Amino acid sequence: MTDTSDISHIRNLLTQVQDPEVPVLTIADLGILRDVALIDGTYEIKITPTFTGCPAMKAIEENIAEVLVENGIQNFKVRMVMSPAWTTDWISELGREKLRKYGIAPPSQSTEEHLKAILTGKNKAVACPFCGAVNTRLTSAFGSTACKALHYCDNCHQPFEEFKCH
Amino acid sequence: MNTNLEKNNALFEYLLRLGDTSLILGHRIAEWCGHAPILEEDIALTNISLDHIGQARLLLDYAGKIEGKGRNEDTLAYHRDARQFRNLLMAEQPNGDFGDTMVRQFLVSVYNFPLYSALSKSADAELAAIAAKSVKEVAYHVRHSSDWLIRLGDGTTESHEKVQQSINDLLIYVDDFFNGDEVDALLVGQNIAPDLNAIRALWNETVQLTMVKAGLVIPQVNSAMRTGSRKGNHTEYLGYILAEMQFLPRAYPDAEWL
Ligand SMILES: [Zn+2]
Repeated sequence: MTDTSDISHIRNLLTQVQDPEVPVLTIADLGILRDVALIDGTYEIKITPTFTGCPAMKAIEENIAEVLVENGIQNFKVRMVMSPAWTTDWISELGREKLRKYGIAPPSQSTEEHLKAILTGKNKAVACPFCGAVNTRLTSAFGSTACKALHYCDNCHQPFEEFKCH
Repeated sequence: MNTNLEKNNALFEYLLRLGDTSLILGHRIAEWCGHAPILEEDIALTNISLDHIGQARLLLDYAGKIEGKGRNEDTLAYHRDARQFRNLLMAEQPNGDFGDTMVRQFLVSVYNFPLYSALSKSADAELAAIAAKSVKEVAYHVRHSSDWLIRLGDGTTESHEKVQQSINDLLIYVDDFFNGDEVDALLVGQNIAPDLNAIRALWNETVQLTMVKAGLVIPQVNSAMRTGSRKGNHTEYLGYILAEMQFLPRAYPDAEWL
């Protein structure tokens, strides 16, 4: 009755679920959709939180439920899994390209490189999403949401946001 | 006593200590919302507060699961009294002036960083995952508070004097960080928690480096060090925080977010 084709159908449906704060990204682009499995007749959708205090997680859970119900799927539960911990390294290439087009610089370093750099204050300059220049500077490590930092481009003279390495 | 039960009780206590420190410090920093010296700083402080409260939610939620008595993050945050809280005494100290807040943040963040780095390798997989996530946020807190310490310490005569005074005042709450007990010992033995002596050595190193850059000193502490958070012995300030934080869920027990 139910098999792997249903699971891939559900996966496909869930690729439509967007991040409420960065709507160009889907949960698949972000890498927070961890698994879809059928357990005792119930589809278990595993997602993992991004930033610990991110209020979007609740909205994402609700949006997942909405998409599934709209498509006639009732027997599911959404489960939050902590391990392994999410990192911005999991954002897909497609996701990074979408961010750039949207005017947000994607995470510029791997989490590991970043962790070393931030403690020494030697972070690499982030490439401007508008003109690509690297003569940019950090104006604030904290921005409008938990996942963004603020930068300024000295080439095209525009402020821009960066999706923080995490 | 059954060793597994002993381990669970210790882990529950340990999670409360971490979770309560994040919750109370997060609540304290949130008091700056709308009052910070500049807009960027208002945003930075509220972001840092959000990180702490997010960490508290994960840690307290997990504590509730380990305890197994049906308590969740909200029950633990809103329905315990001061003596049942296990946050570090430092976390509950008043915001004071901006320098006091930054010194408090710095001293806690440079403790949290090596602690959470070590915990991300904990034998307890769930705690390790929470720590691995949190340590990346803590790194930003270390950076931000160190930058301010250097700026204030190496700034004007007035800013230097004031921030040095903040250090002198808050230092009596530092021994409380490292005052491990049987809970720490049991979890260290099971590779769940790190040895606090190693954390203290790393803490000292980072503090010294930053103090040199800021032109500040760590003075000899002449008055008695205040400890006791691990047993729920708090300073007078915690009760006031809880009165404000817990009022709504206690007055309206069935209130829900809509
Ligand atoms: Zn540019």
